[in-house]
Formats: sequence, structure tokens, C-alpha cells
Amino acid sequence: MSIDQETIKHVAHLARIELRSNELEELSGQLHEILDFIDKLKDLNVDQVKPASHILPISNVLREDQPQVSLTPAQALENAPSKQGNFFSVPQILE
Amino acid sequence: MELNQLTAHALLEKIKNQETTPNAVLESLGLRIKNTDGKIKAYVRNPGLIDSVFDYPTGFLKGLPITVKDNICTAGLVTECCSKILQGFCPPYDATVIKKLKASGAVIFPLKANMDEFAFGSSTENSYFGPTRNPWNLDCVPGGSSGGSAAAVAADEAIWALGSDTGGSIRQPAAFCGVVGLKPTYGRVSRLGLIAFASSLDQIGPITKDVQDAAILAGVICGYDPADSTSVNQSVPDYTQSLGMDIRGVKIGIPDEYFVTGMDPEVKSIIEEAVNKLKSLGGVTDRVSLPHTQYAVPVYYIIATAEASSNLARFDGVQYGYRAAFDNLIQMYKMTRAQGFGAEAKRRIILGTFALSHGYYDAYYLRALKVRTLIKEDFDAVFQDYDCIVTPTSPTSAFKIGERMQDPLKMYLSDIYTISVNLAGIPAISIPCGFTKAGLPVGLQIMAKPFNEQMLFRVAHAFEQHSDWHKLKPRL
Amino acid sequence: MKYQTVIGLEVHLQLNTKTKAFCGCSTDFGKAPNSNVCPVCLGLPGALPVYNRQALNFAIKLALAFSCQIQAYTKFDRKNYFYPDLPKNYQISQFDLPLSRQGFLDIPSQNKIKRIGITRVHLEEDAGKLIHAEGVSLVDFNRTGIPLLEIVSEPDLNSPQEAFEYLTSLKNVIEYLDVSDCDMEKGSLRCDANISLRLQGAQELGVKTELKNMNSFKGVKDALTYEVGRQTQLLESGQKLIQETRLWDVEKGVTVAMRTKEGAKDYRYFPDPDLTVFTIDQPMIERIKAELPELPQEKVRRLVKIYGLTEYDAKILSVSKKDAEFAESCIQNYPAKDKKEIVNWLIGPLMSEANLRKVQLHQLNLSQKELISLIGFVQSQEISHLSAKGVLTQLIDTQKSAQELIRQGNLEQISNVDMLTQVIESVISENAKSVNDFKAGKDNALMYLVGQVMKKSSGKANPKIVGELIRRRFFDA
Repeated sequence: MSIDQETIKHVAHLARIELRSNELEELSGQLHEILDFIDKLKDLNVDQVKPASHILPISNVLREDQPQVSLTPAQALENAPSKQGNFFSVPQILE
Repeated sequence: MELNQLTAHALLEKIKNQETTPNAVLESLGLRIKNTDGKIKAYVRNPGLIDSVFDYPTGFLKGLPITVKDNICTAGLVTECCSKILQGFCPPYDATVIKKLKASGAVIFPLKANMDEFAFGSSTENSYFGPTRNPWNLDCVPGGSSGGSAAAVAADEAIWALGSDTGGSIRQPAAFCGVVGLKPTYGRVSRLGLIAFASSLDQIGPITKDVQDAAILAGVICGYDPADSTSVNQSVPDYTQSLGMDIRGVKIGIPDEYFVTGMDPEVKSIIEEAVNKLKSLGGVTDRVSLPHTQYAVPVYYIIATAEASSNLARFDGVQYGYRAAFDNLIQMYKMTRAQGFGAEAKRRIILGTFALSHGYYDAYYLRALKVRTLIKEDFDAVFQDYDCIVTPTSPTSAFKIGERMQDPLKMYLSDIYTISVNLAGIPAISIPCGFTKAGLPVGLQIMAKPFNEQMLFRVAHAFEQHSDWHKLKPRL
Repeated sequence: MKYQTVIGLEVHLQLNTKTKAFCGCSTDFGKAPNSNVCPVCLGLPGALPVYNRQALNFAIKLALAFSCQIQAYTKFDRKNYFYPDLPKNYQISQFDLPLSRQGFLDIPSQNKIKRIGITRVHLEEDAGKLIHAEGVSLVDFNRTGIPLLEIVSEPDLNSPQEAFEYLTSLKNVIEYLDVSDCDMEKGSLRCDANISLRLQGAQELGVKTELKNMNSFKGVKDALTYEVGRQTQLLESGQKLIQETRLWDVEKGVTVAMRTKEGAKDYRYFPDPDLTVFTIDQPMIERIKAELPELPQEKVRRLVKIYGLTEYDAKILSVSKKDAEFAESCIQNYPAKDKKEIVNWLIGPLMSEANLRKVQLHQLNLSQKELISLIGFVQSQEISHLSAKGVLTQLIDTQKSAQELIRQGNLEQISNVDMLTQVIESVISENAKSVNDFKAGKDNALMYLVGQVMKKSSGKANPKIVGELIRRRFFDA
């Protein structure tokens, strides 16, 4: 399976990572090689196999609807790169 | 021997007999780090000073310090996954394992151990803070991603340590550094507070100087955590009860698929010798087959990167960590992540995003989940007839720094013997079993059924009792 | 009509659990910004989710109330997209194995009942709130992680009015279940709409528009009405519609195209590895089914059957569960077999009082016993209906007994013929025109004259007797 640069650009956009052109170049070679290797999975017939989205046999893990102590706004905002009052602040969203 | 060279169980004995104090242990570690960590770089953000603990915590660990990998949250202690993107992040809470350790009387060592950024790697070269070096040969990598934890323990800069293992990140560095590393059964140790790489594969585990310490530490960190949906509610046996038992009649499978091309002949002969030793101790060995082994690496690199691409989406400069200054939100996101993540992190996020993306999901992600089922069934079948499986931990001993950095695929293949264990969710341990002529350690991997860590300790301890590899110290 | 309108609605409903979906933070509305937050709902590194048992129970309850099939095996998936109100940059939601499918809701449409399909009801979590300020956007994560249900209808709705009826009936049922506040103003119930037009009789669906940003049921109806007009005009002028998301601007009364974020195919759904699957077995479904309260349609049927109410009256009284309970209790305690009188009081004066006070019927501070006693005084003609309405107001305000208020207000009805005749004579002398009209056979004039007598007697005159006396005065039999 080859992966063209347009696809990598689109995927990088979805992942919100800016790629420089040399990075794009390098990645496309590396991903090409990795995907080639991964393509060996296509040798297997897995039509009848169930996917293992969870390896554990456990189910129905739930918690009771009982309030726990929350963080204070000061604790919540302690690591914030930018804040205003009790809010986190980000560059304005332009619709 | 200096205090810092001792095992935890030896120190506990000394503290109990009032022959030493936790402060003395801390002091001796501090001195050692001051003298050797400039060469090893097992620790990050090292300010050069370590505060002593004057109040000994209560609990059976009696104030003994433990070194923690930089991806496990420690309240009030910076935790950055050795990534620029988490710059300065100070968690407001302790991981469950940290809570358990504190409740048992352990002291969290104030310096955190180096690692590959977000545990992406097999060499600790992908750390934002630069590589850790192998105490046995400073030109070599310590393995990864828990390279800092393993190197610290091997260099006597730590008594014992916690690592995390997603595809071999505890066992492979333990093997490369000549120490003991355990990856517990998935669901055995709470993942709460472990900064996730791949949620369905990650487990925290001990890295120690001998098997007894691993059993003691596992006993502390294992157990049900209702705050982790994937934690299994099953009681934890006293693992130290498995120590000192003989292994007569224990059925050991040796999988053919693990002894094929790509394996260093020197490693091969060391492993064969180790298998012979297990036989001589009464173990019954047989050749077995895990037919889907060759698919483990591709399956792993789809599942692990897919989960990682989503797990790491939260690092966006909004709430914590590094933010690139831009007035446009999308640019802020893209540049924060471009500047905050290293090359390997970007590679894996993009690979994982691709594997999940429209039109490729069925061909990659879904197919990988199905092959994961087949890999698990391979193990289920062997464990019907065998108590454990023994393999090399890694196809080679520690490689040179820089050697594989330009070749990601070759780096990925470093984990070829450890990855299946995570995919199947089973427990495995790596113990020292010899040295190459160049003086580099080689690890023996033992795998067992889910929740049968006791079998690992029993076999590993029996082997250790009849070898001295774990007692050798690197010259630094 | 040349075109058929095709509408499907997506309702997002906040469940009124005490705590959030995946953590123990409170769901209280209106707290200081970023005070109901913890590592889990902030998506801090290392945090892990565990789902709320009550939220699951509520969700199953709701799905059953709409006759949905509860799926035996269900799981959470991650919906991946970047947005500042989404701390993990993925929303925990459900993709290919939702909690339930294939339900329905009956709504009134053109004097008939129309059955609207419910495609699925699935579990998810709410996002935070953004406030747009000068040059920056501010983020409050208090709402993040509140348990949500997404209720998706089939495209069975064929007019904005039907969409309105669907939402009204949906809310009505949900209120009976007591699983959500259903308050659109507080955002606990939100609705997006998909609308397209096609030529009458056409099989294929037209190009659809997704409408967002409606803040009331009326807003939904207005936005849809606008959109029907806009799309009709485009189609008529031969232009092509594009599939897009449009925002309702309530001020201007128009929809405007929104710049799209990620397209639906870019969400990269995959099973959330931090959560385990749910298997829901028949005994669990039966247990929750047994807890279901009587739903509005059943309640109406029963009120009609047992108390002889008209369907119209029963429906009015059943809009809210608590009001219906209050009303039924009044009806039950009302001693007469014919319940018409008490029902008229509930729907008439009581509802006016409630509207005036901006409360619900059951929230009126009114003793049922006094209400019934008051109606008794009217029935026995001891006071007039008009005076009784005044007494009702005082009953609510003062908590005194009806009897006491009547005595205090000197409101006993005057039935004494001599006293009434005096008043009638003075009214007759002052209203010659009406008297003539009455004599000419106009019944309205009699009503007017009686009214004047009532007025003069401060409402105390017995109107029946007054009417009779006037009639006899002119048409002595």
C-alpha cells in the first residue's frame, strides 16, 4: 500500500500537525516502508474472526451516581498556558 | 557494598534491624547520582539536589525510595512524558500506583526517570531531554521506552523503579541493562495516572535488581481499582510465596517462531543455555508453535498508533503544557503540536490517524483487531498444555546509540519478541541470563497465563537462584 | 404543493443524574466557571472514565418509553475532532452499536395520530461552553462530561408543524420519566434538524441541510419554515442545493451557512479502549420496564375511561406529570360522580391562576379540600361563580378556609327576592334601551341586564334567580 503526499497532508490536518515540506518528504518514504510491512496482514483470511476491541472478558463496569470532590478553579487552571478569570483562554474561534 | 547497590529486600532487612535509615539510603543514592548520572542521564530535570526525608512514612516499605518513569502522574511533581508538549505539567493528582506505594510507606524519588517521548521507542533516544546511556556500555542504548528506569536500577542510581510496558517497554530495557522487568497481566495494575500511549496495551510494572524485589513491588502495585474500567476485580496473591519453589515438572513451551532469522547467534546460544538450565532444574521443555507471531509487529503498529493518535489529541496547548503563540486557533493547534512533539511522536500520530481514517479503517484497524484475536488464540492454545513459555526478550543485545534512529522499521522490529504479550494481555518477565562477549547483558523472557504472575516469579526465581548474572555490576 | 418536505430531528438530552457521565463531578447548572471539573472531565493526562450506572438506567428507561429495541451488546466509541470545548479532542459517543434502535413516537397531525420512527437512542457526553470575547474565546468545562442521550428520528416528519408536535410530545413523555429537566433555555434539551425537499411522489431524498442553533421549539419550527421557503425558491429557480450546515439567526429570522469543521467521514470512530462493553440482558430490561411510570397517552386514556373526562380535557391536564397527578387527585376526591365541575375549575380558574403566577398547577399553594369545599358553595348556590373566583385567589394567597373567606367577604349569594327586586328595578330604570331590546326578543340583552345587577350587588346576586325575576317582570306568565 502506498500513501501519497496528499493523503499524508490530509491526515496531518486531521491530527492538527503542521508538517514542513522536508518532513512530509521524509514521512512519506518512511510510512511507505512501514505500510508495506504492515500489508503482510492481507495474507490472512480473517472473514470469520471476531475483532478483539477489548482483550478482557469483563463488561458492565459502572460507578454509582455519587458526587466526588471536584478540583477548585485554581487547581483546574494551575497549568493553563493562558487564562482569563476562571476561564481557559484560546485564540478566538472564527466561524 | 554501598547502600545504593543493595536490593530493596536487603535494605528493608537492614532498616528493620536498625542498621540503616531511609535517609542514609537517599543520601547514598544522591551521591551516586551526582557521580554517575552525568554519564548515564537516567534522570530528567535533575536540579542536582535531593531533599532528604526526615519523617519516615509508616508502612512496610519503611521510607524506601522508588524511582518513577516520567509518564506516571505524581501530584505536585512535574510529569512531562519527556515531551516538550507537556512542558511544566504538574499533575493535580497521584496515579493509583503512587497512592498505593505511598500508603505502603514508600517515598517517591523526587527525580523522574527518562523515557522515549510518550513511550514511543525502544531506545530512550526519543526523549526531549536527550538519550539515556547503557550503564554496561555508554555508547549503547539502554533500551526503551523505560530506559531511564532500567539504567537507573542497573547503575545503582535507584533501588528499584516503575516502568510502563506497551510493547516491551519494561522487558526490553530490563534485558539490555541486565535487570529484572515485569509486565503484569492487562488489568492487573491500575492504569489511572499512567499517561496513556495505547490504552488497550499499557501496563505499569516493576524494574528491579532481582526477582524477589519484583515480587514485593508487584504485590504493592497490583490490585483492583474501581476508577479504572479496565482493572480486573481479582484478589492479589502473595507473590513472595512463589519464591523458592522448585520447578520440577513445570511444563515450558519454547516457540519455534521465536528462533528464526534476525536473531543474533550469540543471543541464541545464551538463551539455549538458559533453557538447558531450566531443564536441569526439572523443567519439562517442549517445542511449541505460536503461528501468528510474524503478524504481531504489524498488528501492534496499527492498534498502538491508532489508540495513540486519539490519546494524544488532548495535547493541544489549551489547558496545560506548551502552546505556540498564534492568534488563529487552527494555527495554534498545528504549530503547538508541530513544535511540541518529536519526530517519532508525529510519525506515530500520523500513522495511527491514517489507520483510522475513512476508507482505510477496515483494511487496517479492523483487520488488525481480528488478527489480534488470532494471536491471543495462539497463546490460549499453548497454555492449555503448558505452564509457561520461554523466549529471548530481544533478538539482540543493546545496540549502538544512533544506529536505528534513521530506520523506524528496524527500530520497530527490536520489539518483535515482546509485542505479542501485550496484544494477548498476558504477563511476562525478563530476567538476566548471560552476557555477550562484548559484555552486554541478555534477557530471558518468561510468559504465563493471564493472572498467573506466580508462575513467572516461581520460574524466574528458580533460575536466578542458580545463576549470578543479576549480581554483576557495571563498572562506571 | 409541488414539493414534499422531509424532516428528521436529532435531539440531545442532558440526563438529570447527580454526577457527570464518567466522573463524580456535580452536574449542577450555573456554578462558577471551571468549578465542577476534575482530571477526568478535564481530560487531564492519565485520567480514566467509568460510566455512571444511573445514566445507563435512565437511558434504558427512556429508550423503553419510546418502544425501542435495547441492544444486547453495546459499547462506547470515540468520535475524534479538535475543538476547544472538547478537552480530550474526542467525544465519547456510540457509533455502530448504539444502546437502542427502532422506536417510535405518536404525534397529533391534522386531527389524526401519526407514528414517527425513532432510529436510535445512544449514549454520549456533553462538551464544554465557549464564550466569545474580544480577540479570544473563553472555555468553561463545567458542562463537559454531563451525560447526554442523542435521540435520532426517522425522516418521517413532513412539515415544520409536525416537527413542533414531535418535540412537544417527546418532551411530554420525557418529563413523565423524570430523567431530564428538558429545559431548552438551560440547554438540557437541544435540537438539530435535517431538512430536504423532494417532488411529491419522488422516491429519492433531496439534498439536505442540517440546521443548528435553535433555542426553542418555536425556533425549530421557524427555522424549518424559513428553510422550506429558501429551498423551494432555489429549486424553483433551477439552482442546485448543496449539503451544508446552517445556523438559525433568531434575531434576523434567517438561516446562514456555517463554515464546516470536520466532515462526518473524518471523525475516525473506533471503540474506546478505556471503557468496557455493556451486555444488557432481558431481566435487566424487565426490571427497568417495571419501573416505567404511566406515560401521557396511557394517562389520557385512563382519565377518559375512569372519570369520564373528554379527551380534550384529559390531554390538557396530562401535559405535565405532576400537574396530572395533582388534577387526578382533585378529581378523585371530588365527591360528585359527575366530574365536569371540578375539571372546569382545574382547566379554567386554576390554570389562569397558575399562568398569572408563572407556576405550574401543582405548584399553586392550594389545599384540595378547600378547593372542593369552595366548589360545593357554588353548587349549592350559596355564592356566585364570580365571587368564588375571587375566593380562589384568596385561598391561594392566605391559606384561610373557603368558608371563612366567604363569611369575611360577606359574599353569601343574595337569593332573597325582595332584595333582588330593588336592585333589578333600579337597573331597569337606568337601561331603557336594553329593556326594549329584551322585550323585542334579544336574549343578549337579558344577559347584559343580569350582568348589571351582578355588578350593582358586588357579584353577590344569584344570577339564575335574577334572570328569572327579570323575565317574569316583563313576560308574566
